[in-house]
Amino acid sequence: MPEMVNFTLDGREVSVPRGSNVIDAAKQCGVEVPHYCYHQRLTVAGNCRMCLVEIGMPKLGPDRKPEVGPDGKPVIAFAPKLVIGCNQAVSEGMVVNTVTPRVRKAREGVMEFLLINHPLDCPICDQAGECRLQEFAVDYGRAASRFVEIKEHKPKRVPLGPKITLDNERCIACSRCVRFMKEVAKQDCLGFVERGGRSVLTAFPGHEPNTNYDLNIVDICPVGALTSNDFRFRQRVWFLKETRSICPHCATGCNTLVSSRENVVYRQQPRDNADVNQSWMCDQGRLNYRFVNDSARLTTATVRAANATDATPVAWSEAVAAMASALRNAQHAGQGTAIIGSARATTEELFLLRRLGKDVLRTDRMETVSRAGKADGFLVSADRNPNTLGAYITGVGHGLPESTIPEICAAIARGEVRALLVFGENIAKHGIPEAILAKLDFLGVIDVLPNAVTKLAHVVIPGMTFIEKQGTFINGKGRMQRLKPGVRLAGDIHPEWRTLGTLLQALGAGEYADFDAVFQDMVRTLPPLQGVTYASIGDQGLDLKLAERPGEEAVAWNLP
Amino acid sequence: MKTMDRPKLTFAERFYIPQIIRGLWQTLRHIPRKKITVEYPEVKPKLHGSEYRGVPTLVRDPDGRVKCVACQLCEFVCPPKAIRILPASRDAVRPDGNVEKEPEVFEIDMLRCIYCGLCEEACPEEAIFLRKDFAVTGYTRSNKQKLLELGGTHADRIWKWKNK
Ligand code: SF4
Ligand code: SF4
Ligand code: SF4
Ligand code: SF4
Ligand code: FES
Repeated sequence: MPEMVNFTLDGREVSVPRGSNVIDAAKQCGVEVPHYCYHQRLTVAGNCRMCLVEIGMPKLGPDRKPEVGPDGKPVIAFAPKLVIGCNQAVSEGMVVNTVTPRVRKAREGVMEFLLINHPLDCPICDQAGECRLQEFAVDYGRAASRFVEIKEHKPKRVPLGPKITLDNERCIACSRCVRFMKEVAKQDCLGFVERGGRSVLTAFPGHEPNTNYDLNIVDICPVGALTSNDFRFRQRVWFLKETRSICPHCATGCNTLVSSRENVVYRQQPRDNADVNQSWMCDQGRLNYRFVNDSARLTTATVRAANATDATPVAWSEAVAAMASALRNAQHAGQGTAIIGSARATTEELFLLRRLGKDVLRTDRMETVSRAGKADGFLVSADRNPNTLGAYITGVGHGLPESTIPEICAAIARGEVRALLVFGENIAKHGIPEAILAKLDFLGVIDVLPNAVTKLAHVVIPGMTFIEKQGTFINGKGRMQRLKPGVRLAGDIHPEWRTLGTLLQALGAGEYADFDAVFQDMVRTLPPLQGVTYASIGDQGLDLKLAERPGEEAVAWNLP
Repeated sequence: MKTMDRPKLTFAERFYIPQIIRGLWQTLRHIPRKKITVEYPEVKPKLHGSEYRGVPTLVRDPDGRVKCVACQLCEFVCPPKAIRILPASRDAVRPDGNVEKEPEVFEIDMLRCIYCGLCEEACPEEAIFLRKDFAVTGYTRSNKQKLLELGGTHADRIWKWKNK
């Protein structure tokens, strides 16, 4: 429990952790102090002056003790001028007023100055609808401008690196972007030139933003000066539906907000989580969403007879039945079977794959594809799968770096394995070439996009992407986080947990009425997940504290 | 159940000649009067008053630029969701000034439009106007080209792209 300080906010006695500044302290008490330049995770610049508030301290008498007035309360000495809340820590006994006429007048003054040269761009500005300037203009702006001179015109459509377009007229010179690039992205490349009303933001010559975190400055820009080329002019924000999700790009599992309209995803943004990604996410992960609405997406299940070259579309239930009977036949004939899972699948899907492998097919040949890259020392993990730990805990994957895929490949080549289920991976690119796959008696695939393996498959069942279904990922640090369905594609597409659940039911191994049933069975079966409930994961995830859980000391290969 | 007897008509009621004469008198009375019907569709009726709301159209500014900037406020406000806009970025400098954004696709489903005029009211650029035309049958849907053809040019104070 942090040390608390007591102070008076607009006449109300409140207490907040020591060290909070006025903006954060007021926010914790449900009071908004308007501000532009301050950002919780950046240094304080104190240049926008929007956060001015009235500050008073108990007056000290000659004996250095607080003077007490006739009403028995301490006498408050107010600072003669207003004070910026972003650079003022609250202290014991302080009195903060955020709604007095003096404060209001100061805000109105700041707004009037900010709007003097501001263009009337809201109709074409991507920020409109989520713009702080618009919001505070409604609260503190004038209906009509008193400025009769000609507005300062500045460059528009200035490329700022490969991913961002800058509109200098809209910039309010808050310097958030400058500080982010310097302090977080560690590329000191932005600054202001010229003075006063002519001041413009610019990149140092030859040093444009060029890191994997640039697009975060588009999010933190309080106005529409910085626009993402990927999202620019594509959709107005008030149409967008936001879904709390998890980035499926690496084992960090950045918390995200996915914005969609009518089942088309338009952008991804980071969502605050102090334990995972703070307020940021990497650009690679952020821009990696177009596959969701790829026109090539698989939308119907297909079945191909062993001797046919072309697959026939069938209903989902028919395809599941075909897959079940093929697997049953392989098992009855005593043929070897194997499962290739994916560490990009949800923990629930991996758990059902394990049920299938361990309890039905009774095979130990289960593996996931590992993807190792380089950690960047900030957010991006060396493990480029979001759920390697989930694969490990369920027993479908062996974790990095060892892999049994070469062994499975050899077993297929030898004819020991005659039936293979490939789940969400283009295995032809990850260790089992097409020529080997062609030897199988049965190849079943559950995936979202067509590839070389779906072409060879006897049964293909379409799956869902991370933003279409329920499920959990366990990130590299052992934090379990939830996905939520945000879009729904047209077609005979079902979540994989339902496909696998129905498959298991057809094979006489369990019955899963809904997602909850899968989750319950999973936490009952897997010791590391004991006691976890879906609700307890919440929107901020749940640290499983794997190292403290019985039998999981083995999770020591944890990557940087 | 209660059975009702059909009322018996009196002699005066059964004697229809006076009624026929009354009806004929109405007709004859109108013959010398001024005609108020027109031979639609050959003759289009004249609309009185400025409040009439007909087909919504897009207009150009006096320099010939499309005034609409694809802000999609009309699409948002339209109660029956008749408007569909696909915005496009115009980043290359073109002869018609520094146009940054305009609609790539602008469709109004005239089967849905209820002629409420909210689009005209919401438009911050004065780019969409309801006209007096009410017969909009044609061989094409109400796409951007047709809407602009119908709309023509509008000279008002708002020239978004003139000084950009
Ligand atoms: S930055 Fe805000 S106020 Fe300025 S044009 Fe964009 S939406 Fe409007
Ligand atoms: S571009 Fe945006 S974030 Fe950067 S200084 Fe201007 S207003 Fe602030
Ligand atoms: S007139 Fe009303 S219904 Fe018709 S397009 Fe405009 S807003 Fe929609
Ligand atoms: S409101 Fe006006 S400017 Fe905006 S999209 Fe509709 S017609 Fe175009
Ligand atoms: S937020 Fe305090 S001066 Fe800008």
